[in-house]
Amino acid sequence: MLPEATRVLTEQLARTGNPSSLHASGRAARRVVEESRESLAASLGARPSEVVWTGGGTEADNLAVKGLFWGRRTHDLRRRRILVSAVEHHAVLDPAFWMAEHAGAELVLLPVDADGVLVVDALHEELAAHADEAALISVMWANNEVGALQPLADVVALAHQFGVPVHADAVQAVGQVPVDFGASGLDAMTLTGHKVGGPGGAGALLARRGLELTPVLHGGGQERGVRSGTLDAALVASFSTAVVAAVAGQASFASRVGALRDTLVDGVLGSVPGATLRGPRSERLPANAHFTFAGCEGDSLLYLLDSAGVEASTGSACQAGVPRPSHVLLAMGVDELDARGALRFSLGHSSVASDVDALLEVLPAIVDRARAAGMATVS
Amino acid sequence: MRVLAALSGGVDSAVAAARAVDAGHDVVGVHMALSRTRDQFRTGSRGCCSIEDAGDARRAADVLGIPYYVWDLSEKFEDTVVADFVAEYQAGRTPNPCVRCNEHIKFATLLDKAVALGFDAVATGHYARAVVLPDGTRELHRAVDSAKDQSYVLAVMGPDRLARSLFPLGDVASKEETRREAAARGLSVSAKPDSYDICFVADGDTQGFLRSRLGSQPGDIVDESGTVLGEHDGAYAYTVGQRRGLSIGHPAADGKPRYVLSVEPVSNRVVVGSAADLAVDVVQADRAVWFASVTGDFDCSLQVRAHGAAVPARASVLPDGSVSVFVDGALRGVAPGQSAVLYDGTRVLGQATVTATSRAAVGAAR
Repeated sequence: MLPEATRVLTEQLARTGNPSSLHASGRAARRVVEESRESLAASLGARPSEVVWTGGGTEADNLAVKGLFWGRRTHDLRRRRILVSAVEHHAVLDPAFWMAEHAGAELVLLPVDADGVLVVDALHEELAAHADEAALISVMWANNEVGALQPLADVVALAHQFGVPVHADAVQAVGQVPVDFGASGLDAMTLTGHKVGGPGGAGALLARRGLELTPVLHGGGQERGVRSGTLDAALVASFSTAVVAAVAGQASFASRVGALRDTLVDGVLGSVPGATLRGPRSERLPANAHFTFAGCEGDSLLYLLDSAGVEASTGSACQAGVPRPSHVLLAMGVDELDARGALRFSLGHSSVASDVDALLEVLPAIVDRARAAGMATVS
Repeated sequence: MRVLAALSGGVDSAVAAARAVDAGHDVVGVHMALSRTRDQFRTGSRGCCSIEDAGDARRAADVLGIPYYVWDLSEKFEDTVVADFVAEYQAGRTPNPCVRCNEHIKFATLLDKAVALGFDAVATGHYARAVVLPDGTRELHRAVDSAKDQSYVLAVMGPDRLARSLFPLGDVASKEETRREAAARGLSVSAKPDSYDICFVADGDTQGFLRSRLGSQPGDIVDESGTVLGEHDGAYAYTVGQRRGLSIGHPAADGKPRYVLSVEPVSNRVVVGSAADLAVDVVQADRAVWFASVTGDFDCSLQVRAHGAAVPARASVLPDGSVSVFVDGALRGVAPGQSAVLYDGTRVLGQATVTATSRAAVGAAR
């Protein structure tokens, strides 16, 4: 966590008072929440009334997908189609799948190109054919695995032409690229604390006033009835502090970390045979690098890197720690065998040149060894 | 040594890993995910490798302070162990999938991958002893606790694999000692029930599993003279020595129970007879794996079941490499496909797969 976010969290933890209570302590806590709301909104080009605090990005994505679907259906039962890109995070994909299986939705997966970028023409075709049945569109601001920046301006322009609301999971984008909710034209947007140096368990859904969102959590009616549940003033304040800091530092972060990332990419491609960069070369998150290594298994690479003190990700969602070929890579047309040898390297505000050097020093031998260990699990 | 400790999520492998750590090895824990359709929770004692098991293995690694990974070997497992299991039953034989898993997965795929990644050995929670002699040769011996001894299922590994294996539980006096040690070490799996039966048939219904893979294949149940006594729905559901599940409309002439004597896959017939007819004293086996250099004839003891006593025998290695084993007395219910392990006292001499059985002592009292 950013030191200032930790400091604010610690300070505020000493405070008592439920922000929903009407007495003095409650009002004091409420003030912290509202000031945090105003700061966060200002830094993201949103209005305070557009901020809905949640327990993290997954909850915000669920609220967006389910809330928008049910909200739209109260007026028009024909609106069953949920349009999501094929490379969405599981926090968007899984609610959409679930809605298709249990709530009468129809899931439309929008294709991406070999770089993981949404094919806008496909969205156009879909809307031209089925706009009346479209409930919502959800396309992430930037992909978490391969860093691909998505053509949101085009998506929003098309969607609004056909009268369909657009949600974007911007969890990865905040702090890495300029994010302005108001200017984007988006109807809803997700962000989360732990990706911006803030606390885990804190997130937000930015949602335009007037957007009909059926709540997922019912209860005491907090957050204008959209998201019930007692707010933790300390967590909210810490989260807001982190977002404000991340946005303020975004330009220099992108420039400094982007340069490190470029050095890393050039170094890997130059010294490791069989390494392929996945995702766009330039239109990508500045902190993200992602490769597949031919003939290697992700778990071999992971073990060897871990042993060498380098922490990377095989980049796929999994239960019980078993790597599976990533749905993002498969949607990009990467061969399943190649997709098994995937590694994502994420840099951060504490990354320095020696980190990149350390990686480049150990990686060639590690890939050699992993390659020798082969694809043991493939028959 | 850099040791990969295979952690199943059970108490044996957890204690084995702990002992490897105490012995000063550089230990890394790995849980093998073997099932394509993993349950969240282990239901009772059957089955294995649920997500809960992976979690138990992770907690054991936490307590031991060792790194922990899960390696997905489910595709290999399905294509070797499970496929072989189904194919053997279809061919009228009785497989032992635990033997094949040791042969193809645990001490093959897993071991090979470990060695390629820089490990010196794999440690498991099997009850067996790897004894190193002064001249460096390695012998595989029964565990001290004969009730838990698993040398029978390990014998298929051969001496080269044995050289890269550690069995830290070989000298444990009893399972209770293992559990006490687990509890003393703060391992939460100390009270976890043992898993048994076939790990990939979680509900224990082997026949149902085979039926779902092979379907209905109706045929005749006959006696040794070929007389049709009844019908079956798939010869694969029967194994030599089986008594239950024979739907024969009427009792035998002598009033005694009937047993499966053999399964004939080509004619799709199940041949039944009396208990006496089951008795054999010659076992032939092939695909032999040897831990000792043996030639010609030699005395030994023969074990044909995972939990069965070894009987005195005389083995003969034939020119083609197969083995004929003559036992004193008689064995019952020895099916082609089963594993035959030859011992010299507690030492494993070799392992082979049963191809045929017969009665040499013709005319012996019935």
